[in-house]
Amino acid sequence: MTATETTPDAPLSEAGNPIGFGRMLRKEDARFLRGQGHYVDDVKLPGMLHGSILRSPMAHARIVSIDTSAAEAMDGVHAVITGEVLEGLGLAWMPTLSNDTQSVLVTDKVRFQGQEVAFVVADSGYLAQDARDRIVVEYEQLPAVVDAKQALADDAPVIRDDLEGRTDNKIYDWEAGNLEETDRVFADAEVVVTQEMLYPRVHPAPMETCGSVAHMDPVTGKLVIWTTTQAPHAHRTLYALVAGLPEHKIQVISPDIGGGFGNKVGIYPGYVCSIVGSIVTGKPVKWMEDRAGNLMSTSFARDYHMTGSIAATRDGDIQGLRVDVLADHGAFNGVAQPTKYPAGFFHIFTGSYDYGAAHCNVRAVYTNKAPGGVAYACSFRITEAVYLVERMIDVLADELDMDPAELRMKNLLQPEQFPYTTPTGWEYDSGDYPRALQKALDMAGYDDLRAEQADKQRAFDAGESTEVMGIGISFFTEGVGAGPRKHMDILGLGMADGCELRIHPTGKAVLRISVQSQGQGHETTFAQIVSQELGLPPEDIDVVHGDTDNTPFGLGTYGSRSTPVSGAAAAVVSHRIRDKARIIAATSLECDPDDLEWEPGRWFVKGSPETGQTVQESAFAAHGSMELPEGVEGHLDAQTVYNPPNLTYPFGAYICVTNVDTATGEVTVRRFIAVDDCGPRINPMIVEGQVHGGLADGIGMALMEVIAFDADGNHLGGSFMDYLLPTSMECPSWELGETVTPSPHHPIGVKGVGESATVGSPPAVVNSVLDAIGVRHADMPLTPAAVWRALQGSPLRTDLAIE
Amino acid sequence: MQVPETFDYERVATVEEALQRLSHHGDEARLIAGGHSLLPMMKLRLALPEVLIDINDVPGLDHVRVVAGGEGGGGGEDEIAIGALVRHAAILTDPILGEHWPIFADAERKIADPLVRNRGTIGGSVCQADPAEDLSAVITALRGSVVVQSADGRRTVPIREFHTGPWETVVGDGEMVVEVRVPIRTSVGSAYEKVERRVGDWAVAAAGTFLRMDGNTIAEAGIGLAAVGATHMTCPEAEESLVGGPADADAFATAAGIVSAAVDPTADQRGPVDYKRHLAGELTRRALARSADRARDDSLREDA
Repeated sequence: MTATETTPDAPLSEAGNPIGFGRMLRKEDARFLRGQGHYVDDVKLPGMLHGSILRSPMAHARIVSIDTSAAEAMDGVHAVITGEVLEGLGLAWMPTLSNDTQSVLVTDKVRFQGQEVAFVVADSGYLAQDARDRIVVEYEQLPAVVDAKQALADDAPVIRDDLEGRTDNKIYDWEAGNLEETDRVFADAEVVVTQEMLYPRVHPAPMETCGSVAHMDPVTGKLVIWTTTQAPHAHRTLYALVAGLPEHKIQVISPDIGGGFGNKVGIYPGYVCSIVGSIVTGKPVKWMEDRAGNLMSTSFARDYHMTGSIAATRDGDIQGLRVDVLADHGAFNGVAQPTKYPAGFFHIFTGSYDYGAAHCNVRAVYTNKAPGGVAYACSFRITEAVYLVERMIDVLADELDMDPAELRMKNLLQPEQFPYTTPTGWEYDSGDYPRALQKALDMAGYDDLRAEQADKQRAFDAGESTEVMGIGISFFTEGVGAGPRKHMDILGLGMADGCELRIHPTGKAVLRISVQSQGQGHETTFAQIVSQELGLPPEDIDVVHGDTDNTPFGLGTYGSRSTPVSGAAAAVVSHRIRDKARIIAATSLECDPDDLEWEPGRWFVKGSPETGQTVQESAFAAHGSMELPEGVEGHLDAQTVYNPPNLTYPFGAYICVTNVDTATGEVTVRRFIAVDDCGPRINPMIVEGQVHGGLADGIGMALMEVIAFDADGNHLGGSFMDYLLPTSMECPSWELGETVTPSPHHPIGVKGVGESATVGSPPAVVNSVLDAIGVRHADMPLTPAAVWRALQGSPLRTDLAIE
Repeated sequence: MQVPETFDYERVATVEEALQRLSHHGDEARLIAGGHSLLPMMKLRLALPEVLIDINDVPGLDHVRVVAGGEGGGGGEDEIAIGALVRHAAILTDPILGEHWPIFADAERKIADPLVRNRGTIGGSVCQADPAEDLSAVITALRGSVVVQSADGRRTVPIREFHTGPWETVVGDGEMVVEVRVPIRTSVGSAYEKVERRVGDWAVAAAGTFLRMDGNTIAEAGIGLAAVGATHMTCPEAEESLVGGPADADAFATAAGIVSAAVDPTADQRGPVDYKRHLAGELTRRALARSADRARDDSLREDA
């Protein structure tokens, strides 16, 4: 495969779908558009009861007493479960995905506002909530650690006094890169610029909140749990480990999922409570989280306080980058990332440029906030890394009085440098960065935009207008598709994905995959992969996912890993089917397999194209009575476990054009140009949809989304009235572009794209706003107040309550 | 799922019936029309009414019409009467309001979103008494009034006396708002300016103004302010500073300065005090400038 400008289109099937890659309507949409999707909350079982969680109103408080008697006395209330009850079952605490422990229901003290205190099981959801409000809890309030910068102060209260021997709030110190070399480069550099910045705490905020329906069959001893999980197999194994249930007696079903973005990777106390509720009552128990619960207690994202320094020559040759990070992990270290990398993939922070040296140090602390940390389409913290480097490039451009496009172009990695090993040890697989940036600049009409900006600035300077204009660029390199399994795991489970493909006698196919769509369109995309490799129409291929009893093991969907890993697995099983079909065809045609040649959908005799056998015919023959060669089994199926040799590295160039009203601080995003290179596009429409969503995320984070806390640890974003998501009114009509640089190590060259736009877009928006107002740095979200304050020279601290 | 505490629900067919039920239940009852403020508060269990009295079926509350001076308990001049059940969407497109007071459409374009505007009512808006509520600021700018009915009859309360504090009004048990009145003037211009963090969010700050011109002199000025802690949502000193002078940039800057100094905003996640104070002035200035432009157009139209 070679680099191209666009992905070519495939021939069409009788149903009008591309046989292979190309635009087609999503198979899922037939049910979604009719309102026939089937989500966890749609699961209704005979005799099902409903659970509700009582959450702590305080961020840090010792539990003095919990009186459940009034709730238990209500008609229709079946159980009120507290930490004390769970302690008896050994379930009051559970492991987190970072080898920490997390409270299921509180036993000693609450450690963040919204923490789970008790679980009511009742006949209806309404009744459960009424009963929940009749539980009386006496709290003894403790001082809360809200400001991560104060978490390590001598007088800071110790949040995790449940951990043996713990005397402070530090979780870890971790570093990557070459400190000595970096020190040397910085000592000798002509120009060094340092900038503090915060990537504030945000929330994935999926449309569907988290939930589960647990049914422990008292007769068979089998637990079936319908739940909102991006990683059904990992959840099954964890339930087996946590609850001591035999793994073969657990079935995790993840039906249609209404958005995940990393929010649905972890196991939440509510899931465990629904299981315990079912065990205690002998009935199925449904728990659906409310919006406040989702925003306040489930996996947040970011919360990285970063201090970056960049070293360069006076004419703009970048020589080194270093960063110190203070990572706020909340009350429990619940970050979902590979064991080797406590800061996720943050050490990819050198981005898309050529350096002599780089070093990062990450210090993580506990605070009285919700646990989580790797979520919101962040690619294991590459979002934070890209923000850091792309802001630092603009800071350097400001220092050198250089055009930020020129500075980037001057320092981008060149195509011939790939595969390229970064100073912190990542091996980028392939890329043509200057081509992508140039394409974005051309699409934007960069020179004309700069001229328009200068005109507007003249009018502003003359007092004729309060409006100024900004042009912001970001260039990102993503790293997606974890494993390899030897380097990447979740709680010791290696990141490799199983896959099974079976062709029925009539040539219809069923593909079973381990990853789980949360809206990405896997049923379409994966059918198209098989279609591309076998020449079957995509409508003849069904994709089964989200049910541990019916799919092979694998680690699930996050970090844009579905296509790079399970997509590769689907290609591998397709190739195995193709190889077996060759033997079947050769047997049928009474020729040597080596005499056959492949064209999409069939094997034919070399030099005699009319003599051949389609995959469908081979499938029937494989199930028929024909004698097969020695060692060849009947039927047409294949399986694999794909262990990726490396990550894939999608990349892109984004340009954001804004107008800023300096008198009110209001920002208008006028244009957004996004050139993405994710290798060949399986379904360009789905890719564009993914990019659209991620760009909207970027506008959200850059301009409005934030979870701040007041001094008592009160969560200031617990509803959609307070936690603002962007709407169509804040988003321009996206201008998308494409270059295609295939991954050399992926069986079909694809790289994954789910998180690219979320990773790449926030710095473009921020760079644009700051370019407009001529301020070197101000933290997200750039609300009107934040912009105005930045213009006054007194920027807001966005992670704390505004005073 | 966030659900309210248990409550009773009654649906009434006439104003009299609504008043009777309100008297019967006393303080535990709330009227519901659009419900876009009340229901979220109930779901968050911040509001715990025992009875909701649904007035959506009540006839005679969805009019916008011109009434002659003094008719139906109003003031001495011609007015526009707006029934309490008139929805935001209707206000946005109403031709009478559009002709006399474009400030309404300015504000409505920035109130919530089309879904909310299809349900929310003007009566609910003024009774919610949210300090950030836009229509209350509009009516305040225009020195409108609110018609309150009880079993004993109707009384008309000037909007600037209607709100007694955040989320509090003069409406007593057994009373309901049936109408909002705004005066009709000639040679006027009006405008509304609002800054929000995102479409549909409450105002960070908002200002609505009108100017009545006598030639080149400002004969009357009205200012309404939302979300900035202005007493009775207005600033009389700024209004007074404008009357008798020219409608020019200096006058507007002076009025804006008075507003900035007079308001008493609270810091929250929408912004710090200094910003909101600045914004109150800046938006007042902008609204006044647009009001003056529109007044000029209004005068030209009258002359023609």
